[in-house]
Amino acid sequence: MGVGVGVIKRFLAGAAAVGTVAGLGFLYYTWYPALPSVAPPAAGTFTPEQIERGRIVAAEGYCAECHTRTDGTPGPELAGDYRMETPFGAIHSSNITPDVATGIGSWSEAAFKRAMRLGVSREGEHLIPAFPYDHFTKMTDQDLSDLYAFLMTRPAVHLEPRPNELPFPLSLRIMQAGWKLMFFSPGEYKPDPSHDALWNRGAYLAEGNAHCGACHTPRNFMGAEKKSAQYDGAVVDNWIAPPLNEHNPTPTTWTEEELFQYLRFGVAPLHGPAGGPMSPVPHRFLSTVPEEDVRAIAHYYADIDHAAERSKHDPAALALAMEQSRAGLIGPNPDPDAKLYQGACAACHYNAAPAPVLGRPELALNNALWLDEPTNLFQVMLHGLSAEEGQSGVAMPSFYNALSDADMARIAAYLRRTRTTLPPWTDLEKKAAAVRSTVQSVPVNSSH
Amino acid sequence: MITFKLNGRDVSIDVPEDTPLLWALRDDLDLTGTKFGCGVGQCGACTVLVGGRATRSCITPMSSIEGADITTIEGLDPQGQHPVQEAWKDIQVPQCGYCQSGQIMQAVSLLKDYPDPTDEEIDGVMGGSLCRCMTYVRIRKAIKKAAAALRAQTSGKETSHG
Repeated sequence: MGVGVGVIKRFLAGAAAVGTVAGLGFLYYTWYPALPSVAPPAAGTFTPEQIERGRIVAAEGYCAECHTRTDGTPGPELAGDYRMETPFGAIHSSNITPDVATGIGSWSEAAFKRAMRLGVSREGEHLIPAFPYDHFTKMTDQDLSDLYAFLMTRPAVHLEPRPNELPFPLSLRIMQAGWKLMFFSPGEYKPDPSHDALWNRGAYLAEGNAHCGACHTPRNFMGAEKKSAQYDGAVVDNWIAPPLNEHNPTPTTWTEEELFQYLRFGVAPLHGPAGGPMSPVPHRFLSTVPEEDVRAIAHYYADIDHAAERSKHDPAALALAMEQSRAGLIGPNPDPDAKLYQGACAACHYNAAPAPVLGRPELALNNALWLDEPTNLFQVMLHGLSAEEGQSGVAMPSFYNALSDADMARIAAYLRRTRTTLPPWTDLEKKAAAVRSTVQSVPVNSSH
Repeated sequence: MITFKLNGRDVSIDVPEDTPLLWALRDDLDLTGTKFGCGVGQCGACTVLVGGRATRSCITPMSSIEGADITTIEGLDPQGQHPVQEAWKDIQVPQCGYCQSGQIMQAVSLLKDYPDPTDEEIDGVMGGSLCRCMTYVRIRKAIKKAAAALRAQTSGKETSHG
């Protein structure tokens, strides 16, 4: 018995020692020093050419989108306080203007690069991976230098973001270190020699700075992108970011040209306009960068979604869609759902063969009807699209007050039944109500 | 303040962002040719062109038209002689006339997409523009007449350039 106790004691002592060493090792591995604060770079530190290159890098990473407050009173550009609702609690983004007290004014270039590459603040704190450093780690040293030059030459804005609302223990920064150990692999993008320069440029941008996977790849229960389901599509901000790989369900392929038109101008001739959280990507950002970069991203995703093989089915799929577009609209039709659709939607969404007219988005070809859930269809019905979103200069009205949940459900069921070959959606009225409940302010108010 | 182009002129008006475009047109800008019908985008009476495309103004918020180019029935042609308007007069399309400005704006948009529309294309696009006087037969006839006039205009221009 004495021996038994001794064995247990030794075992416990051993376990404690191993635990201590592992713990110290973890702390050593995850501990970063604060880097010295510096005076903001003096005017003239950076050349106009470098600042312009940095502007492009900033646009291709959509920095301003998540570092500018949009709820309540919209905030100054890049001054942070953008509220991001995550499954773990709300997070408010940091101020990345060169303000010393509240922004990154005291960050050296080395501190800035460390944050981008390793997700660590100048002070040595682990950053929350809502900041997609798992993508930015792939960026080149030159791009990071240029981006630093751009950010440090923006107007300094004194704005302290609201505190995050993460519950204990997620609020402890050390928890982020554990996350990094499990899910983060740092390192610059390595070109794939089996592909050409255009593909590699696209991959570099898409996987790195443009961080497409942050929205289009589903995340696990700890908020990390699931590598095994890369680009399978995911729910973001009450919209569905559709699959970007071969699982994309639209009947015609996202070819390089469709992707290019969509990313550059906000509307693809066959697949229709960019709506919701995707809309700023073309309009605010990718329309302002070199065309070859947008072409490269399109080229890369055309490969990811196997456009070359799939597009041979496009002519037949297009012909079928054109046939479906007429369903319920031509000749006497006793179907009340078709009548509802005709009154509310068809004036803009009817198309005649051989192909959709630009400005008449063909629903039979649109992601919204082919995804597993009607979320995006309902979002667009409720919000409409402004002239600044989707196709520039053209607007879709908001049907928030015009269609009840039951009406929206009927239109969705009718479109899914007549314009796709997929099984019906279920619980449509409930889902319409659920999407409606996410609309923060009613888009149009006729009681003025 | 919302700024946009209206019938070729720059306009800025100070209205709440969620105001329907139709309200601003009729009440603030005194363009009463565009009519209120159902108020829920189901009848087409309030149709105007936004960026050249027929749009139901009763449910389009002002926030959505920032920077856009709007054309109402008043701005279609300085003399009211757009080929669609001419065809409307020649064929004496209206009965009570209430829906006609919306019908005309929708028809103009239709003819841009389908310059030589079949009956099916007319039904597909015009099906959301209701006429309680049932002037549909004359509407269809006028659209075809206007289409012919517009095509003649276009081919005339092409010839003169040639």
